[in-house]
Amino acid sequence: MDFSLSEEQTLLKDSLERFIQNDYDFDTRRKVMAGEEGFSRENWKQFAELGWLAVPFAEEDGGIGGGAIELMIVMEQLGRGLVVEPYLATVILAGGALKYAGNEAQKGAYLGAIIEGSKMGALAFAEPQSRFKLADVATTATADGDGYVLSGHKAVVLGGPSADFFVVSARTSGGPRDADGITLFLVDGDAAGLSRRDYPTVDGLRASEVTLDGVKVGADAVLGTVGGGHAVLEQVIDEATLAVGAEAVGGMEVCYKDTVEYSKQRVQFGQPIGKFQVLQHRMVDMFMEYEQAKSMMYLAAMRLDEGYGAVAKKAVSGFKVQVGKSGRFVGQQAVQLHGGMGMTEELNIGHYFKRLTMIDTTFGNVDFHLKRYGAV
Amino acid sequence: MDLALTDADLAFQAEVREFIATYWPEDVRRARATSSRFEESRGHSPEVRRWIDALNERGWAVPNWPQQWGGTDWNPTQKYIWDKETAKAECPQLSAFGARMLAPVLYTWGTEAQQNEFLPKIREERMIWCQGYSEPGAGSDLAGLATRAVREGDEYVVNGTKLWTSGAHVADWMFCLVRTESGAKKQEGISFVLIDMKTPGITVNPVYILGGIHSVNEVELKDVRVPVENLVGEENKGWTYAKGLLTHERTGIAGVARSEVQLARLKRIAQETGMDGGTLWDDPAFRTRVTELEVDLEALSVTELRVLAQVAQGGAPGPESSILKIRGTEIGQAIAMMTIEAFGYYGMPYPEQTLIDNEGPIGNPYVMPTMKGMLYGRASSIFGGSNEIQKNIISKAVLGL
Repeated sequence: MDFSLSEEQTLLKDSLERFIQNDYDFDTRRKVMAGEEGFSRENWKQFAELGWLAVPFAEEDGGIGGGAIELMIVMEQLGRGLVVEPYLATVILAGGALKYAGNEAQKGAYLGAIIEGSKMGALAFAEPQSRFKLADVATTATADGDGYVLSGHKAVVLGGPSADFFVVSARTSGGPRDADGITLFLVDGDAAGLSRRDYPTVDGLRASEVTLDGVKVGADAVLGTVGGGHAVLEQVIDEATLAVGAEAVGGMEVCYKDTVEYSKQRVQFGQPIGKFQVLQHRMVDMFMEYEQAKSMMYLAAMRLDEGYGAVAKKAVSGFKVQVGKSGRFVGQQAVQLHGGMGMTEELNIGHYFKRLTMIDTTFGNVDFHLKRYGAV
Repeated sequence: MDLALTDADLAFQAEVREFIATYWPEDVRRARATSSRFEESRGHSPEVRRWIDALNERGWAVPNWPQQWGGTDWNPTQKYIWDKETAKAECPQLSAFGARMLAPVLYTWGTEAQQNEFLPKIREERMIWCQGYSEPGAGSDLAGLATRAVREGDEYVVNGTKLWTSGAHVADWMFCLVRTESGAKKQEGISFVLIDMKTPGITVNPVYILGGIHSVNEVELKDVRVPVENLVGEENKGWTYAKGLLTHERTGIAGVARSEVQLARLKRIAQETGMDGGTLWDDPAFRTRVTELEVDLEALSVTELRVLAQVAQGGAPGPESSILKIRGTEIGQAIAMMTIEAFGYYGMPYPEQTLIDNEGPIGNPYVMPTMKGMLYGRASSIFGGSNEIQKNIISKAVLGL
């Protein structure tokens, strides 16, 4: 048993920590968000140079061959910095689908470009009626000569506005919620018939409603096997769940530490509010929630690295349950204990609260993962 | 003990419903409830203005005020019916700072001149008030406020900074706590004054809260000259008035009827939200949590009735009203959170107002107002005396600890 990081992992963590500390303070983030794209291409270039965009990809694909633990390290730090660059959308979601299902030609065309930072992608899996069920796919892919015609509506596609390409789940056979019969397609961002309605999200990201209206793709656009997309999606989303969970753990750490710091500075009734026992215990609770979430994060990452199966799925769901509960508590209490200041746009705390709240409903809320935990 | 409505009560209820159907019809209500515009703006929409005018014409604008100032002669049941029905229909309310908070202070402690000048304008909503209480260094410890008022002839000269002042950017006047004497005890030496926001020396700076909402402000007061006739009650006795007012604020904050509307909306949204081929409402886990909230809310509703009945038998609500504030805000926040959860991924979109105006809402039309309400609602357990302070009040004043 060993919870310590290897030398390479420590180096990775250090490089992210340095970036967050030196180049991504809260004001910088605000400026980045105010730009047209809502993130910085300069930063993205730097991510590429530092090798972060290569983390989860195999060495033969130009990556560094990192696993779930490396992803966890990256996302925990990005969470501490509330980083808005679309790492999750491009590297983990779109990149993950390519990693697990892409053939040599597809990997060659996309992974190298992702790693060098020249292409961004997004995974269009959710639909207005689907809630968190990956198999609930109403978008259709109808055979058309050698290729397919795609039609449907993909909801809240993270990273959609900046995506050069999309990985789209569509139904090639089966009933509306069958796991079988879902196929993944690579679709160019400027394909005829694809339109997006772009918007900011409440927690500072960008997303799109993507409409596919008779989008024609060739047979080479099929990612993985025809009808076998669900298993790929499930694995990619489980990794992504670990990723947003790790992001939440990073956010919780800032929330509880900043709150403790604030409670030492803020004086009311002639003493720092941190002297009040009620608030001390509240902060102890925040700390414990953070630690519990961190434990489940380690468990989920290690299980995923042992191999993808029932044990890993269960660990991921358990982690997401813990993150949902802990994230809400820590975020809400951080706002509460900062008082009016916690409510302002100007202070970072409220922004962590928003992100933590939204992470709860990303890739399945507590109810969803409790049920899944019990079922697998 | 009896909860049944009499025939007279039922007739009154029918009368109220007809009035609401006439002046605040369903289509107007829906348009307002789905509007993503949240911030106060100066002046009212024609629909809101018409409602307020109709209230005044009917004599129903301020049911809780004394009759000589336009209050009604309703018994507690009738008041309850009124509150219930107007909340159910989401009727606009008079600005709380004037009608619910300042008015009781004025009709209890104000001079005749102040009452004549301000009460009718508040009742008709022709004068909007803000509350100059909190300061950068005086939040939960409100009595630690540092804004000073120094008497010079017939005027006070006021200097200081107020913070978290809701609606200061749209207010005509501010009721304000100022320090007039550095007494031995910090609660002594505070006075309650009324300040015209047009007075030279006042600067209002917006403080944007989560979601980019402009509701609160910082108000700088620099050599602001306030005529002594704008002092309410006695000099240095302002804390007594402020405390009385805060008790009123606390009952208002319970928001039982508002939570009932939001809970009904949450259920409807869950019934309209797809899940596994059915709806979210079919999900036992979600349903159980909503039902738990419903029971919590019902308990609070009866607790509120008990407080109201106590008030009806004479006097202001006691420290028990802190229960309403604590539980009311907790329940309101929980309902807002569950509604966001119900939206699933569609809780995330937060488009610019112009985008909504041009292309309509993304996902459910209730998403934006719910999200803004949820974000703003985090403040409800902070303002009006934070919930931690409320528990201090209960432990001291009720439990004697």
